[in-house]
Amino acid sequence: MPETSATIQLLSPEGRLVENAANEELHALVRELDEGQLRRFHRDMAVTRRFDVEAANLQRQGQMGLWVPSFGQEAAQVGSAYARRQQDHVFPSYREHAVALVNGIDLVDIIELLRGNTHGGWDPKQHNNFHLYTLVIGSQALHAHGYAMGIGLDGAHGSGDVERDEAVIVYFGDGATSQGDVSEAFVFAASYNSPQVFFLQNNHWAISVPVERQSRTPLYLRSTGFGIPAMQIDGNDVLASWAATRQSMDAARTGQGPRFIEALTYRIGAHTSSDDPTKYRDGADVDAWRAKDPIARFETYLRGLGTEESFFEEVREEADAIAADARRRTMEMVGPPASVIFDHVYTDPHPLMAEQKAWLERYEASYGENA
Amino acid sequence: MDELVTMTYSEAVREALAIAMERDERVFIMGEDVGTYGGAFGVTGDLIHRLGEDRVRDTTISELGIVGLGVGAAMTGMRPIVEIQFSDFTAQAMDQIANQAAKIHFMLGGAVNVPLVIRAPGGSGTGAAAQHSQSLEAWFAHIPGLKVVMPATADDAKGLLLSAIDDPNPVIVIEHKLLYKTSGEVRPGDTRVPIGVAEVRRTGGDLTIVATGVEVSRSLEAAEILAAEGIEATVVDPRTLKPLDTETIIAEVIKTGRVLLVQEAVKTLGFMSEVAAVLSETEAFVHLRAPIKRLAGLDIPIPYAPQLERAAVPQVDDIVAAARTLVQEW
Ligand SMILES: Cc1ncc(C[n+]2csc(CCOP(=O)(O)OP(=O)(O)O)c2C)c(N)n1
Ligand SMILES: [Mg+2]
Repeated sequence: MPETSATIQLLSPEGRLVENAANEELHALVRELDEGQLRRFHRDMAVTRRFDVEAANLQRQGQMGLWVPSFGQEAAQVGSAYARRQQDHVFPSYREHAVALVNGIDLVDIIELLRGNTHGGWDPKQHNNFHLYTLVIGSQALHAHGYAMGIGLDGAHGSGDVERDEAVIVYFGDGATSQGDVSEAFVFAASYNSPQVFFLQNNHWAISVPVERQSRTPLYLRSTGFGIPAMQIDGNDVLASWAATRQSMDAARTGQGPRFIEALTYRIGAHTSSDDPTKYRDGADVDAWRAKDPIARFETYLRGLGTEESFFEEVREEADAIAADARRRTMEMVGPPASVIFDHVYTDPHPLMAEQKAWLERYEASYGENA
Repeated sequence: MDELVTMTYSEAVREALAIAMERDERVFIMGEDVGTYGGAFGVTGDLIHRLGEDRVRDTTISELGIVGLGVGAAMTGMRPIVEIQFSDFTAQAMDQIANQAAKIHFMLGGAVNVPLVIRAPGGSGTGAAAQHSQSLEAWFAHIPGLKVVMPATADDAKGLLLSAIDDPNPVIVIEHKLLYKTSGEVRPGDTRVPIGVAEVRRTGGDLTIVATGVEVSRSLEAAEILAAEGIEATVVDPRTLKPLDTETIIAEVIKTGRVLLVQEAVKTLGFMSEVAAVLSETEAFVHLRAPIKRLAGLDIPIPYAPQLERAAVPQVDDIVAAARTLVQEW
């Protein structure tokens, strides 16, 4: 699904600003960003990509059962992630490593999660309300709405003060748009006028199924029928991603109701490390999207602004160091003991858990004696 | 009889699909990634190239939709086979399964059949964590109107599926992710395994093990270890959970007087709870010389880490230990 005449882009694939009537308001928002923020966009995209490559290698070396690459989607993720405000809640899917990074997650926690050393990975309360990865397609759209309803009940939005009013952002994929949960969340969000932004990363694939199977019309048109204003953006343009999300979140938080953003991007890598994309797509498509790389284009733009080579060099070194650190800590990880499997099945002591735990301990002890 | 062919469980499923589709134009397949990709576990393989994309249909991600369409197609004369990528996601489709597929024939006074087949890979052991590893067969067996089969060998995977496709009722076929790559001898051609008939896979006089799914091969392996210790086990594979071949199970339990029931699913209200109840309600009860023993998954979600995942469900060693205790103590 190519860009449409409605696709909002601030930065062309060549790294040049695109200015027109449709993106004027967003440019105005971007002009408020200082140089440090622009550099952070680049830094976080570059660090995530470097980490993603390292993690994929660690998986191939047997350190994880599975890796889920984010390669190619960094701009959609980093831009939208920085658009949140401190009081907001973020509900990710499972590919949002860059969103995690921006929200203060130690990326190694994602490896810990995909090694099965923890079930959840992090505590959202201690990580800027960045909620847990959701693997069952589409569920989080409803969870996010549940939280948004709570904001409504608390009267925590709609005062007009963007520093105080709360909002929720939920991430999901093009495949997820076909799941009932997402449409149901649209209905609820519109009906309750909830402070919620639906952020779709259309990476063009749902495992082997192309987006054309999910929708015959551009997906950004989906939500308008539900009464939710929508925008389609160039998801490989970090500025468009930031500005569109900032504008939509602020509209939602100040009482103007939910918003929907379709970010056009591309899953350059495999669905997961278990997948072989050559089975179902040809390289030409991938090459065409590589030419629209989010990091290269933003780097060109920054250089045009006068950013020195030394900055990019520092980021490369930092990214390498983070990757090396991730490798070292992954190699040092120890798996959890069997005794933890009964923890957290229920919130409080449960007779059946106690009984089975005692049984397992006796049983394992009996092996100890025989061994 | 034609010679047996060695093939994997997943090849056997594919062969059944191909035979049914070549024989009957009404048969078609629907599911996520079943087309060009050949299925998340490679089961449908090259079928899209052999039979075309109208009959091997890649769907959107919507389990409720997939099963619902299947119900509609089945009601109006087609023979749909739908694949749910992980059996855990039958949860999304449960309204169509439990409230629609299972009840339509009854509620329409027998005027309409729902010859729908739902294939769903279940089970743990592949490092797929809590939401992609459950053994949910008891959910379906609990719903009047559904038939439930659980093939444990390649030949049964083929034969039960062919029977399921011909069955005028909705049939849930619970396949096992760990079994897909295992090989077995399969009868060539359009060979059925009847629904509702258990198989005695091994005979021995000391105890009777009743096991389902992946626990069948584990029980057979355990039986060999026990045999080396002088304990001889009968192993019964019900193959169909509903309708259940109680006759075979009762007869085999009476012969040994000791019974070990093995399932991967969590213990509480699992399928083996039903088998235990059947045994305690029938003549088998008076022939028992030991209490009925269930060996089942712990009542926890399947953990992600491989070593924890193994601890959560019965392994060969656990079956050996439980059988040994049963025979030695009683
Ligand atoms: C309810 C449910 N059905 C099926 C799956 C298997 N599955 C995992 S990822 C995936 C594709 C998702 O595609 P999309 O929403 O586009 O997200 P992307 O992977 O491209 O980020 C599928 C079908 C699942 N996890 N949950
Ligand atoms: Mg996608």
